[in-house]
Amino acid sequence: MIKGNFIDNLPKVYGIYTGGFLAFIIIMSIAEQMGMTAKTIGICFVAFTVAIYAIIGYLSRTAQADAYYVAGRQVPTVFNGMATAADWMSGASFVAMAGGIYFKGYGYMALLVGWTGGYVLVASLLAPYLRKFGCYTVPDFIGTRYGGNLSRFMAVVVLTVASFTYVTAQINATGTIASVALDIPFQYAVYVGLISILLCSMLGGMRGVTWTQVAQYIVLIIAYLLPVFWISNKMGAGFFPHFMLADEVARIGELEQQYGFVKNAAADLKTVPKGLAGITKAHSAVNATPWAFISLALAMMMGTASLPHVMMRYFTTPSVKAARKSVGWSLFFIFLLYSSAPMLATLSKLSLIDPSLPTGIIGKSIAEVQAIDWYQNWNQANLMFVSDFNGNGTLELNEFFMGGKAVVLATPEIAGLPYVISGLVAAGGMAAAMSTADGLILAIANAISHDVYYKIIDPKAETAKRLVVARVLLVVIGFAGATIAALEIQGILGSVIWAFDFAMSGLFFPLVLGVWWKRANKEGAIAGMALGLISGAAYLVWVRTGGSGFLGITQLTFGIFGSAVSLVAMVVVSLMTQAPNAATQKMVDNVRVPAGKSVI
Amino acid sequence: MSKQEQHWEKTRGLLFMTLAIWFVFSIGIFLFGAEMNEVGGPFGYPLTYWFTCQGSLGIFVILIFWFANRQEKIDEEFGFSERGDD
Repeated sequence: MIKGNFIDNLPKVYGIYTGGFLAFIIIMSIAEQMGMTAKTIGICFVAFTVAIYAIIGYLSRTAQADAYYVAGRQVPTVFNGMATAADWMSGASFVAMAGGIYFKGYGYMALLVGWTGGYVLVASLLAPYLRKFGCYTVPDFIGTRYGGNLSRFMAVVVLTVASFTYVTAQINATGTIASVALDIPFQYAVYVGLISILLCSMLGGMRGVTWTQVAQYIVLIIAYLLPVFWISNKMGAGFFPHFMLADEVARIGELEQQYGFVKNAAADLKTVPKGLAGITKAHSAVNATPWAFISLALAMMMGTASLPHVMMRYFTTPSVKAARKSVGWSLFFIFLLYSSAPMLATLSKLSLIDPSLPTGIIGKSIAEVQAIDWYQNWNQANLMFVSDFNGNGTLELNEFFMGGKAVVLATPEIAGLPYVISGLVAAGGMAAAMSTADGLILAIANAISHDVYYKIIDPKAETAKRLVVARVLLVVIGFAGATIAALEIQGILGSVIWAFDFAMSGLFFPLVLGVWWKRANKEGAIAGMALGLISGAAYLVWVRTGGSGFLGITQLTFGIFGSAVSLVAMVVVSLMTQAPNAATQKMVDNVRVPAGKSVI
Repeated sequence: MSKQEQHWEKTRGLLFMTLAIWFVFSIGIFLFGAEMNEVGGPFGYPLTYWFTCQGSLGIFVILIFWFANRQEKIDEEFGFSERGDD
């Protein structure tokens, strides 16, 4: 069926794959009609998709360093864009983002702006230059540009802190979904998730991860968009929700006015299960100060441009030119999902709070709501709760509580879509969490195997030995992440945001100035990384332990403080010490020109 | 000025222009979020709300492709672009 070079056949291969996946959805919906249980459908969806990823991972196995670290540098722009989008959009984006918008409105939507705007910085400041440099990892760039093992090692430290914070959240998410879909306890589900993740990356490294991420993107985008369009059409809100929900947004505003945001007594709130929240903020009104919004967006943008698992995706393109275009494609594919999340939040909220809709529950009697099938299901899953605080027997807006994940997970069921959609959503969430976890674990393992082991400890190591070390590290880091995830210390979204702040504190300026400021030297970079990371972390600890903070910088935006310290330290120390030597200056000149051989 | 210096000067000019547009749509407009939201935006959404869920995001996508094309032109002008591949 397929002849010739794999790369030339990519559109065909993934075209067939997409067709196959759609056929699978249809088969499942027929099976549902014929009486297959909801549980079996869920298992089929997760098992089938994970099996496909594992096969792709196996077919991509390699024994070459170039293929293992940078997928042979031959990934075409559009496909690299899809892989980056999957790499980027985590379990949090997929499962929690619409929920965040649903509950917090405008203040939360700073994340949408931040997590997309950062790509402008990636495209203009960094990606093409790092591609020209020809490095395998981000610390490889720092170590070669600035020279010396210490700078290389510091970059590995920052990378590990940021990526590890992030990866535990992703393994946690795969565990959550696997435990729901396969109906096994969370502590075991975490390891099922981990093994699925390792199947994709172990044998093929970056090559395996690239081709599974493309496959995962296709699953996750279908799983996100199909329900949004379907629900919108079913509710009669418009066949293309993105352009047609203005009336619905306005209607939510009216209802909010009518109900008012009644504040619950603290004693009443204590009876609400942990993790659930009520609607307390306006849906489309501006409910945050300009600085609260801008600081969060800014932190996420600079964090985006410092996260190594994203940056290393652009090392895999065939050329500098392709790297730039590929950033554009990445953002386009991300845009498809991010612009749909607010629409889903709108549809979900309106369908619940509008009494004139058949699904609306506000204004109904409490007993009536408690008798609804889907309410009982999600109440049991600990994602929905109602309580008659004022004792009038009717459900008020302030008496209805929901978990953030419910917006994505429960809305299809509330809108009356068949269960096959819920199975599809589970597969999509799994794909989103797995693809991000894979990228992150690989980023950490590659940095340690390439930069610490090969470049610092044993520069004479043969390729075969290096790849063994890389794979062993992959497994070790995966298990470490899963073990911490199994402890369930912190919510999914919080740790994701911290990862951005850590990354920007330590890496943003050393990376950017490495290209854009010739005078930046080794001493400056080391000071920038070390002081940036330390001061950022110290600020976080201070605020977490009751410190008041300053300039409105919170525990979600501590990277702004860390990176400011990093910038000052780097500039001052660089200017106080010797300028980089002629060879380094020449290296920077070389990086700035796309043509010619790569630097390394 | 050498060819390389001229190339870098143009590249830097493009960077500043790109960052200026980026700044306006990621930071600048949100200084006036509350005022802007009183105005009707595309498709009938409140204007600030529209920017946060579609407008700014879409503008970033277009901005990156525009930047990539402009940079390619600069590279070609000085004969610094790569040959053969895409």
